Amino acid sequence: MTTIRQLSIFLENKSGRLQEVLEALGNEKINITALTIADTSEYGILRLIVSDPENGYKLLKNRGFSVNLTDVLSLSVSHEAGSLAKVLKKFSEEKLSVEYMYAFSLGEKAVIVLRTDNRPKAFEIIERNNFTLISEDEIKNL
Amino acid sequence: MYAAAQNHHHQMNRYWEEELETMSRPALEKLQLERLKTTFAYAARSPYYKQLFGKLNLTVDSFGHIDDIRKIPFTTKEDLRANYPYGLVALPLQESVRLHSSSGTTGNPTVIFHSQHDLDSWSNLVARCLYSVGVRDTDVFQNTSGYGMFTGGLGFQYGAERLGCLTIPAAAGNSRRQIKFMQDFGTTTVHAIPSYAIRLADVFEEMGLDPHRDTRLKTLVIGAEPHTEEQRRRIEELLGVRAFNSFGMSEMSGPGVAFECEYQTGLHLWEDAFYLEIIHPDTLEPLPDGEIGELVLTSLDRRAMPILRYRTRDLTRILPGDCPCRRVHRRIDRVKGRTDDMFIIKGCNIFPMQIEKILLQTPEVGNNYMITLDTVDHSDEMLIEVELKDLFTDDYGRLENLAKSLRHRIRDEVLVAPRIKLAESGSLPQSEGKAVRVRDLRNNK
Repeated sequence: MTTIRQLSIFLENKSGRLQEVLEALGNEKINITALTIADTSEYGILRLIVSDPENGYKLLKNRGFSVNLTDVLSLSVSHEAGSLAKVLKKFSEEKLSVEYMYAFSLGEKAVIVLRTDNRPKAFEIIERNNFTLISEDEIKNL
Repeated sequence: MYAAAQNHHHQMNRYWEEELETMSRPALEKLQLERLKTTFAYAARSPYYKQLFGKLNLTVDSFGHIDDIRKIPFTTKEDLRANYPYGLVALPLQESVRLHSSSGTTGNPTVIFHSQHDLDSWSNLVARCLYSVGVRDTDVFQNTSGYGMFTGGLGFQYGAERLGCLTIPAAAGNSRRQIKFMQDFGTTTVHAIPSYAIRLADVFEEMGLDPHRDTRLKTLVIGAEPHTEEQRRRIEELLGVRAFNSFGMSEMSGPGVAFECEYQTGLHLWEDAFYLEIIHPDTLEPLPDGEIGELVLTSLDRRAMPILRYRTRDLTRILPGDCPCRRVHRRIDRVKGRTDDMFIIKGCNIFPMQIEKILLQTPEVGNNYMITLDTVDHSDEMLIEVELKDLFTDDYGRLENLAKSLRHRIRDEVLVAPRIKLAESGSLPQSEGKAVRVRDLRNNK
């Protein structure tokens, strides 16, 4: 069972901060596969899947950002109506909570990234239902 | 007068001045009375005290016991300002050799004049402080205080020289150069304000250096800025040193008023040079040992400008009991804040130190914080911004819980619930001087 590493960055709601993060990564040729921002009125958490999480983490930390490397799950589902609902149905049947999730689609495939409150249980459900996990190498090459 | 005698004992003795440091309390009180009379006689030559003593019919004979000092009224900062610049000067000006001045952000600054005797006495006290924590003439002392009018500069310079240290007047700022000096000259002892000591630790890290491994640092003298025990322990850990509290103020010459000994259990106030009282700030009555009140000091060995029963506005208490170091000089607690740092919100008296203490017990947040008092919808609000050190979680719930826990713990301490705002690390002002932590934007302060 495999997880992928996600960069989480604490950002105050000030203009220009997001751009600073993106520019810092861009300058080091670190490519972004997926990005999402969740925000409250005062701050936000930027979550990124990137080509080189290790170096991305070091780079942002050295620049003084509050950053964290988080293990999350990534699943591949077919890009058709109802496929994500099927996955989540299995999770909810077993009372597994999703803390957050984001998704994107590419051609016939759709990719979801999520964090749950109980990873071993998530792995169990994924295995039992033959859902397709995506590894860090795979997501890099999408 | 002092140095010649002291430097002969090869600095093997545990005390800088054994007799003055370990005499019995009755002997100390006798010495205090003698010195009070001398001080009174000098003070009576200044225009301000001459007029005051005349009005109250006080003469040297009014003092039969040291407690008779209470016959003299308090001297306040306002008295010093109102009599600026020469009103309290007791010797002809030609006998003064130096003056120091407070920053004087409001109105007249307070200026203190020193004769050569005063400077010698002051330097000796600072040397005594440093000696008590194991600093010797073999040590290299680097002073990161601002020089000029600020007494932490020249005060420590002369004291460390008196002790015989190689003394580096590095002065404030330029952290990378400070660290280069420490490395190049083998600095063992540093004087710094606490917020700057922590800043230095950051700069060591930025330079890829480990103070434990890459320097000979062993002793830090910290003072001039209120700080907590947690902050001291953090400084000790970050820099690999033992850190000792220093206390002083320009009105009482500067550093060298009180200092921690090797046991780090409160600051011995040199009672042969200062008469110590703790009073209730409102009733002005003396308080028993152990109770927090305003520190009142009388200089007992100053001639150019003696100050009697000075209300320092510093809040502290006398720590009851004896210190294992056997010094007779009683210990005061670390200063709990100044009566002027205190702010009042929703009827509660709050000292920034109380909030700082809680932040320092919270590993998820950094050392910097900012308190903003503001009027929101006709009601006073306290906003506390704290820096998130590392993003220890990417889970909102836990970030919200951190803010909630800070809010509750601060409310329990100060009785007012603040609004907590989490800020990015490095985003709050980080001062290399006295940190300004409170902004008051309220309509009716």
